[in-house]
Amino acid sequence: MDQSNKDHALLAAQFNEDEPRVNWHDETLWWVRSKRDKAAHALPEWEQLREVASQIKHNVLSNLNEYLLQFEEKARANGVIVHWAADAKEHNEIVYALLHQNGISRIVKSKSMLTEECHLNSYLEQQGIEVTDTDLGERIVQLANEPPSHIVLPCIHKKKEEIGELFHEHLGTPAGNSDPKFLANAARLNLREKFLTRRAAMTGVNFAIAETGEFVVCTNEGNADMGAHLADVHIACMGIEKIVPQRNHLSVFLRLLARSATGQPITTYSSHFKKPRKGQEMHIVLVDNGRSVQLGRADFRNALKCIRCGACMNTCPVYRRSGGHSYHTAIAGPIGSILAPNLDMRKYADLPFASTLCGSCSNVCPVKIDIHDQLYKWRQVLVKEGYAPAAKKMAMRGMTFTLSRPGAYQFAGKAGRWVMDKMPFIVNNKLNPWYKQREMPEPPKQSFGEWYKKNRKEV
Amino acid sequence: MTVALFIPCYIDQFYPQVAIATLQVLEKAGVTVVYPPKQTCCGQPMANSGFEHLTGSCNELFVKNFTGFDYIVCPSGSCTLHVKQHLHDAENEKEAEFIRTHVYELTEFLTDIVQVEQWDARFPHKVGMHQSCHGQRGLKLSQMSELVAEPFSKPDKLLKMVEGLEIVELSRPDECCGFGGTFCVTEESVSVKMGKDRVDDHLNHGVEYIIGGDMSCLMHMEGILRRQKSKVQVKHIAEILNSH
Repeated sequence: MDQSNKDHALLAAQFNEDEPRVNWHDETLWWVRSKRDKAAHALPEWEQLREVASQIKHNVLSNLNEYLLQFEEKARANGVIVHWAADAKEHNEIVYALLHQNGISRIVKSKSMLTEECHLNSYLEQQGIEVTDTDLGERIVQLANEPPSHIVLPCIHKKKEEIGELFHEHLGTPAGNSDPKFLANAARLNLREKFLTRRAAMTGVNFAIAETGEFVVCTNEGNADMGAHLADVHIACMGIEKIVPQRNHLSVFLRLLARSATGQPITTYSSHFKKPRKGQEMHIVLVDNGRSVQLGRADFRNALKCIRCGACMNTCPVYRRSGGHSYHTAIAGPIGSILAPNLDMRKYADLPFASTLCGSCSNVCPVKIDIHDQLYKWRQVLVKEGYAPAAKKMAMRGMTFTLSRPGAYQFAGKAGRWVMDKMPFIVNNKLNPWYKQREMPEPPKQSFGEWYKKNRKEV
Repeated sequence: MTVALFIPCYIDQFYPQVAIATLQVLEKAGVTVVYPPKQTCCGQPMANSGFEHLTGSCNELFVKNFTGFDYIVCPSGSCTLHVKQHLHDAENEKEAEFIRTHVYELTEFLTDIVQVEQWDARFPHKVGMHQSCHGQRGLKLSQMSELVAEPFSKPDKLLKMVEGLEIVELSRPDECCGFGGTFCVTEESVSVKMGKDRVDDHLNHGVEYIIGGDMSCLMHMEGILRRQKSKVQVKHIAEILNSH
C-alpha cells in the first residue's frame, strides 16, 4: 500500500470517522500499556534498569564503529558470512543475490521491522521470490496486503471478525468463524507446510553482541527458530544500532524489552544464534540506511537507542486514536515520528507535529530516549529547512508581530473579543476547526489587564 | 518578597476571573504582587509550531517586563515550562537566566516557596482534577503514572486543605486532554477525540466540576462540555483556592 505524500492529520481524521472503532483501538492499546505498568511496577529497580540500558546504548553509539568491526570479526570467526549494506536498496539486493545464488524462489521470514523499512517484501516479489511472513500478526497483514500498523502488534488495527474473513478467503477456514484459537491453529497448519518446504529463512535481530559475534532474536511464537532451524540458508538482517557490547548486557535488555512491549517478564523465545549448523549457511546483513546520518545529528542521535518495544505507541494518546497507518511509515507512533524525518524530511514533515508533546512516550521508553523533546526539535529543523506550509508561516509571522508589541496585542485582544461578542458568526463557522466540535470561549467584557488598570494602582 | 504576576495571553483575554483569583490567592499567601502591564505572551504558540526562531522579540519583551522581581508566578504549567526551557535574550542573558530559574507555576510556588501548610477556602463539590502534561511531566508538579517512583502531588496537597472538596479518582489519572497548542486545530479530529475521552472519564465519575492548573486544557474541555450542553463546568485551581 503506497502511503507516500499523505498527511497524518488527514489520515487520522479518516480513522476517526468510525468512533466506536477508535474507542476499541484506544482501549486495546491502553490495556497493553496497563500491562506494561503492572510489569514495571513489579520491579523496584525498574528506573535503574532503564538508566543502565540507556547508558549502555550511549556507549554503543559513541563507539559504534569499533563495536561493529569487533562483531564482524567474531561473527566471521564463528563461521557466519557478514555483509554490509549502505542503504535499503543495497540490503534488498544482497538478500536477493543470496537467494538467487542458492536457486531459492520461496522463503519464510520472521518479524523484522528493518525489512519493512527497506520494503523488502515488495522488492523480492518483483524479482519473483515468494515471501511468507511467519509471525502471526505479520501474516495477517500480509494476507490483507497492508503494512503493519504497530511494530510489536502488526495487526492490532484488525478485529478478529475481519481476520476470520481474511482467513476464510485465503486459507479456506469456514465463513463466519472468528474464534482466535481456531484461527491461530489454522494459520499454524498453513505455515507448517511453508516451514517444512522453504529452504531459506530470514529473521530480524534484536541484539547483536560485539564480544561474541552472537545475535539474539526475540519472538513469542517460536517462528524465527522454526524457520532458521529448518532452512539451509539463514539470513539475519539488522540495523547497525542493534549492537550491545557484552553478552551480560542482555540481562538488562531482555528484562526491559518484553515488559515494556507487552507486560510479559520475557519473550517466550529469546533465541541465541552463534554459528551455522553443519551444512547450513548463516548470513548477517548489517544495514545503515540513514543511521549514520542520524548518528551525526547531535539532537537526534539518541533515537538510535531504540530497542523497538513499541511502549511509546501504546502509551501515546494520539497513536491510540489515529492508528498506525496514519503515520504512513514503517515505524509508526512517537519513535517513528523522530526516525522518519531523518530518512526523508519532505515526506515525513507532518509527523513531528502529530503530537501534543505530552511526554508520556519519554517516560515509558526503556532506554530513556527524549522522544517528546526530539519531536519539538524536529519541528524547529523542519520549519527552518522550509517544510512549513505557507499559510502557517504567514500566521506565525502575524502572531509574532502582535505578541511582541503590547499595544498591538491589547488592541487585537479587544477587537477579537468585540467581534466574538457582536458578530459571533465570524468565528463560529465551519472555517474555524476549533468550532467544528467545540464551542468558543465566551468573550468577557474586559481583559485582566483592563481590570487591573481600573482596580489596582499602576506599577 | 515581591512577585511579578505573569498572566498567559489567553487567560488575560478570555478568563480574567482566573487571573484575578491568582492575584488574590497570592496576596492571601502574604506576598506582594505586581502585574507588569506591558506583558503579552511567552511565545510558546510559535515555538511549539516550529517557529522558535521567531520568538526573539517576544523573549526580549518578556525579559524587559519581568526583570527586577524576586519571583515570577504564573497560573499555567505550560507557559511556565516554556519560559523555564526556552527564554533567552542575547543582550540580557543574565536577566533571562534569572527569570528561567525563578519562574514558578502557581501551585508549586505555594507549596515550595511560600510553603503553605494550611489554607482557608471552601468548595463543597465533587471535582475531577485534570493535570496538564506540561505541569505534571514537564514541571513535575506530581508523580507520573509511567514511572516506578513515590507518589506525590503539589496541587493535591493544596486541594486537600480546601473544605468540602471531594476529588474523584479517574480511570486514567494523567492522560493528555488533546489540546496541545496549535495541535487543537491542525489535528482537529484527534484533538477533539482526546478531549471527549478525557471529559468522559470525569463525567463517568460523577464530577460537578473539572478543575486544573492549566486553563488551555480546561478551555478545550469546556468547549466540548458546552457543545454537549453539559452542566459540568471547568474551574482553575486558583478559583478553587479563592472560594469561600
